[in-house]
Amino acid sequence: MSAIDLSALDLALAALLLLINGAISLTFGLRLEPRVALAAVRMTVQLAAIAFILKFVFAQTSPLWTLVVALAMVLVAGYELMRRQGRRFSGWWAYGLGNATLLLVGGLATLYAAAGLIGPQPWYAPRYVLPILAMVLAATLTSVSLALQTLTEGAEQEREAIEARIALGATRFGAFSPLVRRALGAAITPLLNTMSLAGMVTLPGLMTGQILAGADPVEAAKYQIVIMLVLSGASGLGALIAAFGGVLLLTDSRHRLRLDCLAPARA
Amino acid sequence: MLRIDYLQVPGLPALSFEVAAHECLAVEGPSGSGKTRLLRAIADLDPAPGYIHLEGLERGEVPGPEWRRRVRYASAEPAWWSAIVREHFAATAKLDRLLSALALPPAILDRPVAELSTGERQRLGLVRAIADEPRVLLLDEPTSALDAQSAALAEELIKFQMLAGRTLILVSHDPAQIGRLAHARLLLADSPARKPESAAA
Repeated sequence: MSAIDLSALDLALAALLLLINGAISLTFGLRLEPRVALAAVRMTVQLAAIAFILKFVFAQTSPLWTLVVALAMVLVAGYELMRRQGRRFSGWWAYGLGNATLLLVGGLATLYAAAGLIGPQPWYAPRYVLPILAMVLAATLTSVSLALQTLTEGAEQEREAIEARIALGATRFGAFSPLVRRALGAAITPLLNTMSLAGMVTLPGLMTGQILAGADPVEAAKYQIVIMLVLSGASGLGALIAAFGGVLLLTDSRHRLRLDCLAPARA
Repeated sequence: MLRIDYLQVPGLPALSFEVAAHECLAVEGPSGSGKTRLLRAIADLDPAPGYIHLEGLERGEVPGPEWRRRVRYASAEPAWWSAIVREHFAATAKLDRLLSALALPPAILDRPVAELSTGERQRLGLVRAIADEPRVLLLDEPTSALDAQSAALAEELIKFQMLAGRTLILVSHDPAQIGRLAHARLLLADSPARKPESAAA
């Protein structure tokens, strides 16, 4: 079994549906027509580009190309992570902590899923490694972003309470413990919700894709379960590293609270 | 004995002075002259170059939390990190005695912080700062929110800390209180540019 190829005509017919959005924008005076067109063009160009890149990488026998694409994905995810933060760390740490976390967690989780669980031949086959890494990065990005957001905003809002504990002789992790707990809870919750609702409201993307490609639904579900569990581990580990790394950045070696490590708030 | 040598607090000239055990140094100066910044620097809550020795031990020779267990800064408006008062205190037998010394009932420990008056919070903050017996107390306007009767009790408790051998630095806007408690005074000038007359103990 394999997927049914789509013709150029199929794509063109699908594009007709954009007219619905265009018509809505015109009728209600939303002035979104240029954005509708731009978004559709961006989507098409980006997906086509990544398709050709993947096709090229899949055709190579050297794992070096896989590594190059994987690192590029981590960097893009790290940039997106930095962009999402309301309060960033100043200097290199704005990128550093997020990128280091994504690299470590993305690497570990992908290795575990590809080499340990699924086991393609060879284990670094880009057809398996790169899509898994993409899913791991997306999930970790969300959890790390929420953990850092909760931590930095909380540190500013609860500055007096944190410093009160520090003044009473608490270590930095002691003083931050309520905030770290809150950050970890906020980071882990979304994936717990996704797991609880998986298959109830929507079919997860991976499973849908495999079914459309002709796979047995039970096999597709097994893949989805494995991936979802890997994602839950990855996002938890990512949140943990980010939260503890965040506390280290927000304090100094004398266990003082150093909010001056945060870049000034954006207007 | 607390000895401070060339302590450079941001916005202040380098300061040197010492305060003996059993004694109290009052820090005076208008609002914004750096009194709180000085106390925070001594407690190592803010970076400040220079030397601070407590009984021969320099600040940098022990980890920050260890230093702050000995050199305790108590804010004028103590902050709270839990909903219930008791969660801010280690359970010690002394706690009830300290509370009653400030006319606070033991039942106050089970009340929510949010329901307390400013004065109750300030007295609880003083108890919290004293309870684990630090060597040095840096008290930032410890009676600013108290009525005359509570303030008198707080002063008695502060005096008792001196009798017990602790070193005190007191920031207060009440000259009479400084007269009753302090053995020496340090005047911080209102303008950071001007040189302060740093009084020695």
